[in-house]
Amino acid sequence: MKTRIVTGLFCIFLLAAFSLPMSAREGAASDKDTTAFDASSFILDHIADSHEWHILTKKNGEGVAIYLPVILYSKEKGLNIFSSRKLADGREYKGYKVVEEESDLKGKIVSVNEAGGIDAKNLPLDFSMTKTVIGMLAAALIGMWLFISLSRSYKKTGISHPKGIQSFLEPAVLFVRDDIAIPNIGEHHYEKYMPYLLSVFFFILINNVMGLIPFPPPFGANVTGNIALTFVLAACTFLITQFSGNKTYWKHIFAAPGVPFWLLPIMIPVEIIGLFSKPFALMIRLFANITAGHIIVLSLICLIFIFDSLSIAPVSIFFVIFMDCLELLVAFLQAYIFTLLSSLFIGMAMPEEHH
Amino acid sequence: MILLANSLTSPAIGLIFWSVLIFGLFFFLLTKFAWKPILSAVKARDEMIKGSLASAAKAREEMLKLQSDNEAILKKAREEREIILKEARDVRDKLISEAKGKAALEAEKIVEKAKAGIENEKNKALSEIHEQVANLSIDIASKILGEKLLKTGEQSKLIDKYLKDIDLNKN
Repeated sequence: MKTRIVTGLFCIFLLAAFSLPMSAREGAASDKDTTAFDASSFILDHIADSHEWHILTKKNGEGVAIYLPVILYSKEKGLNIFSSRKLADGREYKGYKVVEEESDLKGKIVSVNEAGGIDAKNLPLDFSMTKTVIGMLAAALIGMWLFISLSRSYKKTGISHPKGIQSFLEPAVLFVRDDIAIPNIGEHHYEKYMPYLLSVFFFILINNVMGLIPFPPPFGANVTGNIALTFVLAACTFLITQFSGNKTYWKHIFAAPGVPFWLLPIMIPVEIIGLFSKPFALMIRLFANITAGHIIVLSLICLIFIFDSLSIAPVSIFFVIFMDCLELLVAFLQAYIFTLLSSLFIGMAMPEEHH
Repeated sequence: MILLANSLTSPAIGLIFWSVLIFGLFFFLLTKFAWKPILSAVKARDEMIKGSLASAAKAREEMLKLQSDNEAILKKAREEREIILKEARDVRDKLISEAKGKAALEAEKIVEKAKAGIENEKNKALSEIHEQVANLSIDIASKILGEKLLKTGEQSKLIDKYLKDIDLNKN
C-alpha cells in the first residue's frame, strides 16, 4: 500500500517536473557552455576518501574546503607532515602531488619524478588524517563522551531507576546484552565478549548515523562505507573467533565427525574457506550497504543537476528525505547485523562438547 | 568507473592504521571507563531487584508462618487457661469441703467437751450438794442430838437410827 502511494507521488512529481520547465531548460542549455554534469565522478568523489574536506565550490571554480594534515613516509624522503592546502588544485609540494586524472591512483598522493610524471614504482606510504579518519575520530570521541558520561551517571544514581541519559542509552546497552550476546554466545561465556560487542555496535552505529548528517564537517563522511574500516572490524571479529575456538570447533574443521576420511581432502579446504568467508561477508556487507546508501542519496540530489532544473528539486528532496529515513533504519540494522553475526560466529566457535 | 571502484574496494594502508588505532583506543578506553562500570552497575541493580523480590517473598512466607504460629499459641493458651481454671475450681471445692469437714469435726469436739464439762460440773455440784446436805444434816443432827442427848436413853437409839438413814440415803 505504502509503495503504491510512493510510486503514485513519484509519477505526479515527475510529470510536473518534465512538463513545466521544458522551454526554460532548452533556453538555458543553449547559452551555457558548461560540459555535461558528470554525476558518477561527483558521487564517487564524495564516497571516496579525500585529503581535504570539501565544503563548496565557488562560481569561479575556487574550492572552499577544510585542509587536513598530510602525513607521508617514503624511503628516500623520510617522514613528511604538511597541510593538504599545499597540494590543493593539483599543486606540487616537496616532490608530491595528488593524482587528478582518471586512473587507478586517482585521489592518491604520489611522488613526482624528474620528468614531472608520476613515479608509480615508489609510492609513499600515506598515513594522512583524511576525511574518513577525522570522521572516525569524531565518532569515537562522541561515543566516548556519551558512554563515559553514562558510566559516571551510575555513580550518582547508584542502584535506583535509570534517569536522563541512562534512559536513552541503557536500553541500547541492554539490547546488545540480552538480544545479541546472551542468545548467541550463551549465558556462561557472554560476559567476556560484551566490551567488544558493545564497542563494535556503537562504533558502527555512531559512524553510520554521522554519515547520514550532511553538514557540518565531522558529519557526512562515508566512514563505515570505507572498506579499510570494515576490514579492520571484520578482522577483529575473525581474530576473536579463532582465539575463542575450543577443541570441538577445530575438530569440526580438520576432522569433522561422521565424514568419511576420503572426503576430508575436500572438506578441509571448504572449512578453511568458510573460516575466512564469514568475516569477509561481514566486511563487504557493511561497506556495501553504507556506500550504496550514500550513492542513492547523492544520485537523487544529482538529479537536480542532471536535469539542470530547479523544478526537479522537490521530487529529489522528497526522495532524499524518504531515502534518509530508510538509511537511518539501515544504519541501525547494519550495526545490529554486524554485532549479531560477530556474536554468532564467536558462539559457533565454542560449541558444547556433546558430540 | 571500474577503476575508481577498484580504489574504493581496496583498503588503504594508512586508513587501516588509523582504523586500528582509533577503534583500538575506543575499545580500550570504553572497556575500562564505560562498559565494565555500566555492566556491573546494571548487574548489581538486577541482582538487588532479584534479591529484594526474593526476600519480600520470604518475609511474606515468614509472616504467614508467624500468623499461624500465633494462632496455635493462642489456642494453646486458651486451653491452658481452661485447665488452670478447672484446676482452681477443683482446688477451691476441695478446700471448701475439707474446711467444712474440719469445722464439723471441731464443732462436734467442742460439743463433746462442753457436754463432758457440763457432766463434770453437774457431778461436782451434786457432790457439793451431798456434802452440804450431809453437813446440814450433821448440824441438824448435832443440834437434835444436843437436845436429845440430854435425855440419855434416847441417845444411842437415835444414833443408830440416823446412821441407818444416812447409809440408805447414800445408796
